[in-house]
Amino acid sequence: MTLNAAVQKSEPTLAPVPKDDSQKRQKRMIAEHFDRLAEAKETGRKVVYTFVPGNLTELISAFDMLPVLPEINALQSGMRGRSGGYISEAERAGHSEDVCSYVKCDLGMLKSGNVGPTGKRLPAPDLLLLSYTGCFTFMKWFEILQQEYRCPVVMLHVPYQAGGRITEEMRDYVVQQLVSEVIPAMERVSGRKLDPAILEEKMGLSARAEDALVRVWESARHRPSPIDGYFGGVYYIGPIFSAFRGTQEAVLYYEELAAEVEERVVRGQGPMTPDGPMGPERYRLVVEGPPNWTSFNEFWRMFSRERAVIVASTYTRVGGLYDLGFRHSATDPLRSLADYCLGCYTNRSLPSRVDLLEKYIRDYGADGFLINSVKSCNSFSAGQLLILRELEKRTGVPGGFIESDLVDPRYFGRANVENRLQSYLQMLESRRNSRGAP
Amino acid sequence: MKVFVGIDLGSTTTKAVLLDETGQIIGRGITNSRSNYVVACAVARDEAMTSARFNSLARALQELTEPDAETGRAYESRLLRAFRLELYLDELAALRARMVEIVEGAGARGSASVREAISEILNEMEQSAPSLFLEAEERRSDFFRDLAGATFLSAAEQISSSRGLRFEALAWPFDRAILDIETELRELDFQAVLSRAARRIGAEGNDEIRDQLARAIEQIAKQQLEEASFVGTGYGRQTLPFPKAAVRSEILCHGRGAHRVFPGTRTVLDIGGQDTKAIQVDERGVVTSFQMNDRCAAGCGRYLGYIADELSLGLHELGPLALKSSSPARINSTCTVFAGAELRERLALGEHREDILAGLHRAIMLRAMSLLARSGGVSDQFTFTGGVCKNPMASRVLQELVSENYGSELTINVHPDSIYMGALGAALFALDDWRAGDPHLLRVSEQKPSGAVEREPSACLECA
Repeated sequence: MTLNAAVQKSEPTLAPVPKDDSQKRQKRMIAEHFDRLAEAKETGRKVVYTFVPGNLTELISAFDMLPVLPEINALQSGMRGRSGGYISEAERAGHSEDVCSYVKCDLGMLKSGNVGPTGKRLPAPDLLLLSYTGCFTFMKWFEILQQEYRCPVVMLHVPYQAGGRITEEMRDYVVQQLVSEVIPAMERVSGRKLDPAILEEKMGLSARAEDALVRVWESARHRPSPIDGYFGGVYYIGPIFSAFRGTQEAVLYYEELAAEVEERVVRGQGPMTPDGPMGPERYRLVVEGPPNWTSFNEFWRMFSRERAVIVASTYTRVGGLYDLGFRHSATDPLRSLADYCLGCYTNRSLPSRVDLLEKYIRDYGADGFLINSVKSCNSFSAGQLLILRELEKRTGVPGGFIESDLVDPRYFGRANVENRLQSYLQMLESRRNSRGAP
Repeated sequence: MKVFVGIDLGSTTTKAVLLDETGQIIGRGITNSRSNYVVACAVARDEAMTSARFNSLARALQELTEPDAETGRAYESRLLRAFRLELYLDELAALRARMVEIVEGAGARGSASVREAISEILNEMEQSAPSLFLEAEERRSDFFRDLAGATFLSAAEQISSSRGLRFEALAWPFDRAILDIETELRELDFQAVLSRAARRIGAEGNDEIRDQLARAIEQIAKQQLEEASFVGTGYGRQTLPFPKAAVRSEILCHGRGAHRVFPGTRTVLDIGGQDTKAIQVDERGVVTSFQMNDRCAAGCGRYLGYIADELSLGLHELGPLALKSSSPARINSTCTVFAGAELRERLALGEHREDILAGLHRAIMLRAMSLLARSGGVSDQFTFTGGVCKNPMASRVLQELVSENYGSELTINVHPDSIYMGALGAALFALDDWRAGDPHLLRVSEQKPSGAVEREPSACLECA
């Protein structure tokens, strides 16, 4: 029996890990959202498919429309063990092996009845809102969806932040598209005019939730860190990255979460893991790249059982870099939405990504940083080895490199990933001991 | 005497290295990894203990027979061969007993003619064993499975055709029995086996020398080798039989082992059976960076194994044959799955075996160069380790590529015993643990035998 088999066998005997109030609230919120989507055609609410980076949730909901995020559907299919089948379905339909596995998973799900994570059918889109923020595949993805659904597409083109900063021209360019393309398209689909007061109110609520989320991220500066800012972090970003930015529910959720986390700091508690509280913190790591979703808990345990906590991660910032100071603003909503889209992590240049990772390594007192390079995501994985070398040079902190995939189970090699991770952690230990040696 | 044990449980072979308290290597052993990791570890460790004892004996004999050191060395060599013969005969007896059990319980498949043929083959193997060990220059393998398998199956082929028996009728009991035999944990009574070996070859010289020899042998046989600490590494380390606290990653162990043998080492390339690692180490042998192949094992040692099988050659024959090439083929793919097809296609097109092999070696090393580049490049000194470094063509191509890409001033180290680097690194960690007051022991007798290795879903569509 392999170690993994032993772990799997022992799992049923583990006592269930008690859920915090915020977790229960989040589960309820997400379930209600999928209920609303399932009933959308009956209730007459319009549905907008869009992407996480550069999403315009406040604007969508200001028209009382409901967002669907295909990447989130794909990752949830991965976590539910469905993605392998969906990907095969998409490959049978002619999509090649090397295409982004989120795309194939989403298309496979569509071909298999479009049943969402709660088991209820997702409605077809009334509008495809393509906010282009650095991922070229997004455009191709929505081209395919347009053919499938025969619905209108509106594109928001967000200029790439090659120079590492947002210029006034870039901002104006995005605002102009919002005014002349995006809002008119939403008005046509929803059949109503934009009410600026509603949008402003939502922007204000977004900022409050974002304030609380930043408190959660920054709690990881404490030793021990009360949170895991990657594996735990992906749960924290659920509401704000999906449908709830700009809602009162999101404010309640994030304030409740921040209070729980701050309570853990007071008590000196470390993060929760799939197996309960983590033992005494041994390694503090920063992670670049998304997690593997098909073996998510198994991947998490590879860290938590070694008592390695992720103190910060760039993946949890793909829906907004609030800890760098950005907030949605009620005073000038469209310019604020433009800044949000322009500032997305996926829209940043390699030097900016290096700067951000360096900041995390220093601010969070990391012992190491790890890159999980995603096989089927060329645009995001390109340059990651350069990032690694540059960070090692700047910080002297050793980097590690593992490879897996988003939702294609064939690309997660447990033994290989575990081997690399353990080698990396032992390397950190060995270097630590060697520094301490006479 | 306290000994510190490092075991490298690889996918093909299991290696053990023993150190003494001062960190000197006193013994090493190797065996095939087989389907039972516990037994593989126990056998490798026993082999290392045996080698440690024989090394002590060699030193004692050298002192005894001075100034005629040659006599001592010759005696020690004969004694070692006789020792191996006794072990082989013990294994053969166990194999015979198991095969008898199997055929007797096999109903019609174990007919009298089959039983008789098997018995004859085993008798012949027993009789020819002394010449195999005491007279033959060098055996291709010391692993019982390889030695007994080659002899039994070739005899079975002859006897089956001469008597009108099906070859399969003789081969299947052997295949089943050998699996049982090599996965059975048997304790090695070193003293008893050594005494038998000594009796078999007799002694030389005058009475005084003979007495001294007898005393030296007795002393060595009785020498207590007390395992003070143990560290395990390698492919099988996650499964069994290593306790978690006594496990170190292969990467750390290979880096440290290579650095110990060549202290100037800063970059290590290790190509094993199913993975390739590019490792950077600092001046203390501590790993600072590494890269290894993703889950696809294309271009690793196993790939060469397939190629050798495809050409009906021994693995050790590939490199020398490739060295004869004058016009290497241009090959880009190192996919193991397609290796056979590509090879046959090229042969059918009239390309020469040596040219194809030269091209394949280059393709493998180009893949390794990519890993080296990703790990941070090649720094002086560069040490090549793992099973593949024994292949002279692999070493030559690597030297050429390193010179082309990183300059010809680099020192490139290839040690004939590179296969032991991982186990050596593990033994050094075991010594560290002991010095730090935190030793761990390998108690194989408490371990339950492991099952087969769990297969994972594969990214390679052909393997999925």
